[in-house]
Parts: sequence; structure tokens; C-alpha cells
Amino acid sequence: MTEKATIIVHSGDMDKVYSALIIANGSLSMGLDASLYFTFWGLERLKKGGLEKGPLSKMHFLGLGKWMINKRMKKANVVSLERLLSDFKELGGKIIACDMTMEIMGVKKEDLREDLIDEYGAVGTYVQEARESKITLFI
Amino acid sequence: MSNVKIDVKGETCPVPLVETRKVLKNASRGDIIEITGTHPASKKEIPMAIEALGLELINVEEKDGIWKIKIKR
Repeated sequence: MTEKATIIVHSGDMDKVYSALIIANGSLSMGLDASLYFTFWGLERLKKGGLEKGPLSKMHFLGLGKWMINKRMKKANVVSLERLLSDFKELGGKIIACDMTMEIMGVKKEDLREDLIDEYGAVGTYVQEARESKITLFI
Repeated sequence: MSNVKIDVKGETCPVPLVETRKVLKNASRGDIIEITGTHPASKKEIPMAIEALGLELINVEEKDGIWKIKIKR
């Protein structure tokens, strides 16, 4: 069986979503399977038009900090979250959306980018994914 | 069998690794893949990925900060 990485994306902060996607894409590139489980604030990033909307986890400063980091990232030639997500899907990554979060936050399937989501699940789905994973992270 | 060349000069983490994986995914057995880039960490991480994928690393060379990695699919 192929080794696997399962990552819970709990935070919707821009920098943390970057970490999650970079690790996921690195895993796929190095021959692992990868699943991303979007829950709570992370799920906001799967809303239509929501991917790049996250604040910085620190020094956001009403958007000024994010603007500065974005500028520096552009200078360092870091790709967009959109590009990372499309690479993730292209390499066979799996996306799971937490259905309890959807209920709590009043998020409907049609609010989300359904074309990217492979499965809607709860804790049992995560545990099944995680128990067969070499790497599991909560971000 | 064919030769595939990709250029990831100027790209940073995780693009060189991801682009290598994409090319390998679409290549056929026996194809030779040559990746050219500048991101320092990728020079050692792409060979690590090649080993993990059970593929053959033909050679790695570097000149003036530009590296070339050759892989057999």
C-alpha cells in the first residue's frame, strides 16, 4: 500500500493554509498519497472565492501585514494558493470537507468549490484516513 | 522512449519538486527527464524523491548556481 499523509486544515489563516498545501504537495511529489481535511476556519478557504482571503496568523495589522508578506512572497517567486491547490489535485490529492462545520457555519454545498471536493465527512472519515497514514498533521 | 526537459529556474519551494513529479507522472517507462533549476534545496530533494519513487537518478551537475538533474523513468 502506498504511504500516505493526512492533514487537518483547521486554520483559515493564509500562512497556515500555505504550510498545509506545501506539505501536501511535497508528500505527493515524494510518492505518498495525500488527503486534506478542511474543518472550522479552514473550510472558509474552500468557499467560492475564499482561497486567498485568509488573514495572516500573526502581524496581520488589518491587512497591512498580509499585503507586505504578499509582496515579499511575490518577490521570492512563491506561487499562489490557487496554483498549489490545482497542483494538489493534478497529482491526485484528495479533499475532504467537514460536514459538521458546514452545519454549524451554515455553509451549503453550493457555497463551496464542489469540483475540488472528493468527499464530505466527519471524524470517522478522518480517523480512517489517519490510521493508514505515515504522516498526520493538525494545522 | 523520449527525452523531456523542464526548466524551473527561479522557481522556489515546492514548485521544482512538484513539476518534477508532474512530468514523471506523464512520462513513459524508459523516458529520460532533465530538470534545470536554481532552488538550492531542490537539488538534494529531487534526488530524494527519485529514490523514494524507486526510479533511476542518472546524474546531477551544477555550474554557476544552475543545477541539472537527469532521471530515467
